[in-house]
Amino acid sequence: MTIKIYSFIFVMWILMLIGGGLMVVVVGPITFGIDVEPIITSGVKVFLALFLIFIWIFTLTKVKNWIFKSQIKS
Amino acid sequence: MEEKIIAAIIVSAIAFFSIYAFTPILIKFLQKRNLTVKDANKTGNIMIPRPGGISILIGIVASEITLYFFFPISEILAVIITSILGFSVGIIDDKKTMGGWFKPATLAFCAAPILLLGAYDSNLYFPLFGSVKIPSLYLALVVFMIPITGNTINSIDVLNGIVSGFITIASFALAISLFILQNYEIGISCLCLAFASLAFYKYHKFPSRIFPGDSGAVMFGATYGTIAIVGGVEVIAAIAILPAIINSFLFLSSVKKIVEHREIKNPTSHTDDFKLKSTDDNHAPITLVRLLVAKKPLSEKHICNEILKLATFSGILAIITAFMMGAKIL
Repeated sequence: MTIKIYSFIFVMWILMLIGGGLMVVVVGPITFGIDVEPIITSGVKVFLALFLIFIWIFTLTKVKNWIFKSQIKS
Repeated sequence: MEEKIIAAIIVSAIAFFSIYAFTPILIKFLQKRNLTVKDANKTGNIMIPRPGGISILIGIVASEITLYFFFPISEILAVIITSILGFSVGIIDDKKTMGGWFKPATLAFCAAPILLLGAYDSNLYFPLFGSVKIPSLYLALVVFMIPITGNTINSIDVLNGIVSGFITIASFALAISLFILQNYEIGISCLCLAFASLAFYKYHKFPSRIFPGDSGAVMFGATYGTIAIVGGVEVIAAIAILPAIINSFLFLSSVKKIVEHREIKNPTSHTDDFKLKSTDDNHAPITLVRLLVAKKPLSEKHICNEILKLATFSGILAIITAFMMGAKIL
């Protein structure tokens, strides 16, 4: 069982590295030109960041169900 | 550099020895006033003094104030004030059990000193890829970070020695990471937390002589979260406490709502020889301890050791991440 928990921690770590990369590469540089209010750009970034968090949690739930299948069913 | 080394030695010694010396006095004081609770995982009616948070508060605040005399920066002041506020929230919960939303909501207010003192950098740093500037989102992150760390650390305070041992390992890993990133002042501030929790662990480890209570556990989490924010190491700090995050994640994904932990069904029960085993109740939440005992019953001491090993593993991942902060692949 402990091996499965170590694996889950490792998967979470990898997902955090990937999520961070997406934040820096995709979300961070987003701009809509100088005539667009900065608050709109920030709003879009917040929405995308929340979407990434949603994807992160969804993926983690799937991984959790896969790793701990037998324990969760019991 | 010499001044920083001297400061590190002095404040670490204050954090460690103040708790080491004061906790036995506190134990006697609490026993005399009958401020004890039953240790649910021991045979017989063993009563343990609580809350030990008072001792932790003295150690952390005394050492951080001393550090402030060496380095009078707003970041250290934010750590001191937020720790005191975190303790206050916890002690209210110790005296009177509040609803599930009480701690997250009040802990959100504990982040106020960080915002008011401007003790944060709105750049969020990620390993390998660099940083991203998100001023609006970062404000929300500051407000959410303290309730998250406070509650996450509090949620693993389930067996003898876990929370103090866990935060000792996590904060030493975070301090090493801060030194790697050459953020020495906040690194020393994190050493205060590490040595304070190490000293408390001496009395909290199996078999416990004192429990930290919500005041101690919430303050551990709030202080840890504040150090993560003012040190600009939010991602590393989250990695160092991944086992506790898993515990909260498993709990929330099985219960599907925020509730006070005393309101839920116990995820474990006892065998005849008082080992812990997974409960047969399918409606009880899934937790880290329940997963550890899913295959076979384990003793309390064995479970504590397994969780501290998991903490060491995530601490190592956090330090690797700190090294990766310096490298950029894009």
